Amino acid sequence: MNEYGVQRWIFGALLVFGLVAPFLFPNFTSQLTVWWVMVLFALTWDISGGQMGYNSLGNILFFGVGMYASIIVQIGLYYDVAAYTTSVGAVKVDFTTIQYFTGLASGIITGGIVAVVFAVVLGTVVFGLRGPYFAIGTLGMGLAAAELVASWDYVGGGGGVALPVYPGHPDERSLMFYFLAFILAVLTILVLRRVYSGFFGIAANAIRDDEEKAEGMGIHTMRYKIVGWSIAAFFVGMTGAVFGNMIGFIEPVEVAFPAVTFGIFMVVMSLLGGKGTLLGPIIGATVFHLIKELTWSYMLGWQWVALGALIIVIVVFFQQGIIGWAQEKWPEKFGIFVDDEMAASETQLEAKGAGRAAE
Amino acid sequence: MDNILLLVQAAPILNFQLLLDGLLIGSIFALAGYGLALVWGVMNVKNLAQGEFVMMGGYIAWFMTNFGIHPFVGMPIAIVLMFGFGWAMYLLIIRYVIGRDLFTSLLATFGLALVIQQLLNLAFGPEVQVVKSGFKIRSAFDGMLTVADIKLVALLVAAALAILIVLFMKRSRIGQAIRATAQDPRAARVMGIDTENVYAFTYALNAAICGAAGVLISMIWVIQPFYGIAYSIRAFVIVTAAGLGNLPGVIIAGLGLGVVEQYGGFVLGAELQQFTVLAMLLLVLIWRQMEQRRNRQALQ
Repeated sequence: MNEYGVQRWIFGALLVFGLVAPFLFPNFTSQLTVWWVMVLFALTWDISGGQMGYNSLGNILFFGVGMYASIIVQIGLYYDVAAYTTSVGAVKVDFTTIQYFTGLASGIITGGIVAVVFAVVLGTVVFGLRGPYFAIGTLGMGLAAAELVASWDYVGGGGGVALPVYPGHPDERSLMFYFLAFILAVLTILVLRRVYSGFFGIAANAIRDDEEKAEGMGIHTMRYKIVGWSIAAFFVGMTGAVFGNMIGFIEPVEVAFPAVTFGIFMVVMSLLGGKGTLLGPIIGATVFHLIKELTWSYMLGWQWVALGALIIVIVVFFQQGIIGWAQEKWPEKFGIFVDDEMAASETQLEAKGAGRAAE
Repeated sequence: MDNILLLVQAAPILNFQLLLDGLLIGSIFALAGYGLALVWGVMNVKNLAQGEFVMMGGYIAWFMTNFGIHPFVGMPIAIVLMFGFGWAMYLLIIRYVIGRDLFTSLLATFGLALVIQQLLNLAFGPEVQVVKSGFKIRSAFDGMLTVADIKLVALLVAAALAILIVLFMKRSRIGQAIRATAQDPRAARVMGIDTENVYAFTYALNAAICGAAGVLISMIWVIQPFYGIAYSIRAFVIVTAAGLGNLPGVIIAGLGLGVVEQYGGFVLGAELQQFTVLAMLLLVLIWRQMEQRRNRQALQ
């Protein structure tokens, strides 16, 4: 069985597990929801971080942008947003079932679209930066967004804002949000599988390996970088809308733009699983989430210290990730053969690859 | 907008006040910025834990005032402690990061920053702390211009520290070894310099400089476990604007940042002062990028 076959089996198993999990473990539905969100985070970070070599520390920006775009639409469709946010509880909001669901659906879609707009506009600015400057620049953007929203009274400022209440049973509610997160994560996997196997994947890897050469080969690197970031932004933005509604109350620093928690987790999860692969981020997110949840309840205030230490250990000592480690251990399972004949004809292969890129 | 009007009407005293405050606080930013430039230039490590070192220095001073030790007496102790801490961190983490790709050092030190933040939070609680230095506040022009003596003293101390560091780098054997390693690590090793030792010393020196800056910050501003990241960003702004190994540039960028921040905080409101720093970061990065693009075109 080759790598591709194994991948197909793993994705199939994941899909089946995702469908039955909330019914098998009804007590852990919210945990499982967060798990899918983490999978999505790791996968979307990997588009620019793993495939293109642009290590962003600010992808969390799209999460918050999607969240706030969604809330403005959800409330703005039926009420005056400014009046709603300034008077906490004074304006009685009463969403009917239909109003709630149309608001939620349009909110999620708007969240994705607005995040894409941000990705395109900001991408043209920051994608000119290289290496550490890109990482610092994106980190600064994520932090700046939190500061700006915190002083924007229209959406409640630093005090936060409460979202419409789900009109139904709490169990139904958590199931609905579980499946929303699940569908988004599955969509992300499908889209990325499609995208990576096409020309985009080759171009992205060319940018990672040598951007100047890729540009010399006629690849519009800027366009690819922005498209890649926009895909990430679209899904992260929609996830932000879903997550905000699931939490029920959003606030800029801890919930919407958590640059030092979720923002750094997505990087670490990708690294842990193995960046630059499709399976790696999923495995990394699963393992990281498991470790986090298991240690959380036993560490009494020390969990953040342990998590920071874990990040250091992963980054410094285990950067090839689980997939990278497995590839080193069993290269033949991944279709990697070191063949003298192949090595000799490598120059030929390179010439062929170049020909393909120019097409 | 009202604030801008006020700025124009009440000039020049109000402007002078903002300028003065900015320059006084900027001198301390420059100190932390110089530490980053040192580590970045010598060992190519982008230290995102810079601000956390500053906070640690501040907390050491604050902790000692509880035992009746004046912060200026505590300062040498803070410097020594931070030097030791920096050396320990080098042996534990940074040693494995040198020579790896650009992102590793950034992310590893970010993890270190998280750990330090949380440890400070566990040890001292999340409250905002300020160290009382016992200096008076002067005022002039019928109270329109106020200057706390401690800020002037802090400026003098920062300047004295900067001069000491420069003399140290120029004159002492280890300072010369650091500069040699920055220029060419391989050649330095051939000449018999223990570069491993030099790296450890440089990182420890950076931590000590940050610690000293932290003691000053704790007296003229406030300290809090999670305020560190703003100082890390400031240090990056300064180093990016000034470039590596450019001490006059670092000083000018530090003072400039202090002034811009004061004006930003005044015009936009205090809650957007942090945002001013971040906006400065993005502006400096964009400016650098445009400059690079021009250079690239010149090469063609």
